[in-house]
Amino acid sequence: MTAPLEIEGPAAPPRSNGELVFAEPWESRAFGMAVALYEAGAFTWPQFRSELIARIAAWEISGAADEPYNYYRLWLAALEEVLAGLCAVSTDEVTTRARALAGRPEGHDHRH
Amino acid sequence: MTPTGPDAPLPVALRAEALEQLLTERGLIDPKVMNGIITNYESNVGPLNGAKVVARAWTDPEYRRRLLDDGTAAIKELGFSGTQGEHIVVVENTATTHNVVVCTLCSCYPWPVLGLPPSWYKDPAYRSRVVAQPRTVLSEMGLDLADDVRIIVRDSTSEVRWLVLPERPAGTEHLSEAELASLVTRDAMVGVAKVEAP
Repeated sequence: MTAPLEIEGPAAPPRSNGELVFAEPWESRAFGMAVALYEAGAFTWPQFRSELIARIAAWEISGAADEPYNYYRLWLAALEEVLAGLCAVSTDEVTTRARALAGRPEGHDHRH
Repeated sequence: MTPTGPDAPLPVALRAEALEQLLTERGLIDPKVMNGIITNYESNVGPLNGAKVVARAWTDPEYRRRLLDDGTAAIKELGFSGTQGEHIVVVENTATTHNVVVCTLCSCYPWPVLGLPPSWYKDPAYRSRVVAQPRTVLSEMGLDLADDVRIIVRDSTSEVRWLVLPERPAGTEHLSEAELASLVTRDAMVGVAKVEAP
């Protein structure tokens, strides 16, 4: 389902013609999770897309006083919502696991 | 929401990590497959694919006709297809008409030919303003169009992903198809820039 790998040697995409795709590593993970689950048939793309649109619309209406716009934050929230709707992973489970990860010893997580 | 304490919001990076762990444990995703997908989109699925399509259209009038008739099929001829690449409609920029693409709803975009969308494409400011003031927004992005050039804003949806076929720059008659492809930028295929001769 992903696009073919074919790209000739000297034609490795010129970086001036490319872009910094992900601002942070977790954004690429969030992206990869959604595409992988979609490709595995866990949900249809319209299902995911409508959740994403709803999140973006909600952010725009809220005026976003408390947080700046971050596309992949909304993307991840949409993914969590779709997975909760499928009873695959609940939001509470994600929160519990994330808290456990937050409690890892100093030095394990360098992202602060 | 309190800023600290047990109810403090968790960094989104931790939520992503937690979700990935849970999905992996349940066998819903395979990290190896996921890594492959990310690498593919980061490294291989790029604007270069679209550039090849444009260069072919510039050098082969028959292909150009097929591309404008049925973008998805003509792009598939070159081997580019897949997720989010369905229903691509190609529109041609000319001396008198300029097309620019936006997705006002979210950020629909033809991934297999243009790679992942740049951050400005996803920005609410671009999405709302380019519809109301296309000439101004394009000018701010460095593309000044003459007053008599008609601007058509193409709004992407799940049914239609637009790809702009930019004008071939003058003075490139001697260039090969591969050399032409190297001139084509992602921004030109979204319609926020022109292709410049080398």
